[in-house]
Amino acid sequence: MIVADQKPLEEIYAYLEGTRRVLIVGCRECVTVCQAGGEKEVGLLAAALRLKRQAGGEEPLETVEDCVQRQCDAEYVEPLKEAAAGVDLVISMACGVGVQYLAQYLTDTWVVPALNTRFGGGSVEQGVWEERCGFCGDCQLDRTGGICPVARCSKSLFNGPCGGSYDGKCEVDESIDCGWQLIFDRLKALDRLALLAEIQPAKDWRTSRDGGPRRVVREDLRI
Amino acid sequence: MRQVSSEVFEPTIVAYCCYYCGLTAADLAGAMRLEYPANVRVVEVPCSGKIDPRVILGAFEGGADGVYVVGCLEGDCYFIEGNTRAAKRVTRLKALLDQIGVGGERLAMYNVYCSMGPKFAAIAREMTERIRALGPSPLRRGAAAAAGGGGGDGSAGTGEGSAQS
Repeated sequence: MIVADQKPLEEIYAYLEGTRRVLIVGCRECVTVCQAGGEKEVGLLAAALRLKRQAGGEEPLETVEDCVQRQCDAEYVEPLKEAAAGVDLVISMACGVGVQYLAQYLTDTWVVPALNTRFGGGSVEQGVWEERCGFCGDCQLDRTGGICPVARCSKSLFNGPCGGSYDGKCEVDESIDCGWQLIFDRLKALDRLALLAEIQPAKDWRTSRDGGPRRVVREDLRI
Repeated sequence: MRQVSSEVFEPTIVAYCCYYCGLTAADLAGAMRLEYPANVRVVEVPCSGKIDPRVILGAFEGGADGVYVVGCLEGDCYFIEGNTRAAKRVTRLKALLDQIGVGGERLAMYNVYCSMGPKFAAIAREMTERIRALGPSPLRRGAAAAAGGGGGDGSAGTGEGSAQS
């Protein structure tokens, strides 16, 4: 999933200058799971902004709360047009994709993000999320035992580990497991260490962030 | 907004008490005829872990000058760890209240056992004194200032127990 976390309240509050009525929109997908932008977080942010406005002795802020199934899908975003028509500002509590969809479809309203979109990852324990996918566009997990060298090696090496691996930890931060140690351990456990004997050529990064925004086109699905 | 005297600020305080310990301690304090300030409004919750941050902000928005949560003693929660979860939420909310401008010191978490009636009364007194010293919630002063009233001079929040407008 996409993992995000909320921007500092001060940063979000600064958006409100000159606004009287604001629509705050959550998303029921990834950001609900990582508890950054679901229905609860929408309610909490709305209350915090109202209270901050009130505590400052300013004109009261009217908040409208909504939470759609997916902000990255036009069919869920378009119905928000009616609610957005009467507000000065729309605050999206989705990832950067959702913010852009709101901006695209709510054409007459200023749309701003309440979250920082962090990475593609998952939960490793209650309240802790970790990066797992580097979105490189050319998955190499078949050769690395299902452990991504792009996302989990701090240097995204393909013939690791580097000389900074110590006791299975990364030199960048000792709280980080060395991605290549994890790969080695897994391949060894599954008796596939021979895979490491194959020297990998330099990765072709053109599938990553080359050539502008990437697209996936499925002709069989197009109408 | 309550006023029982033109001289002394009487805060409104909401106490969210878990059914198993906090509320029972409150009940015992009553049965023991212990006196504690009438400023405290007790709200029963099934477990302190049930407390949603939105509910606490709602209490402040609704006019509370202070809020506290009463759960079971640590390690003694009827639902195993609801009280420790509540404590973490209260800690996070205190930081949020600082950012909002209400002040995290207006929120507190306490742990009692069901037989601690005197402790419950002492907590109620302690919290009332603390909030009285802090003065009315900035939300009240802010609302008064926004309305152009005379209550937005901020003097009530100086900790001097000044009268409310």
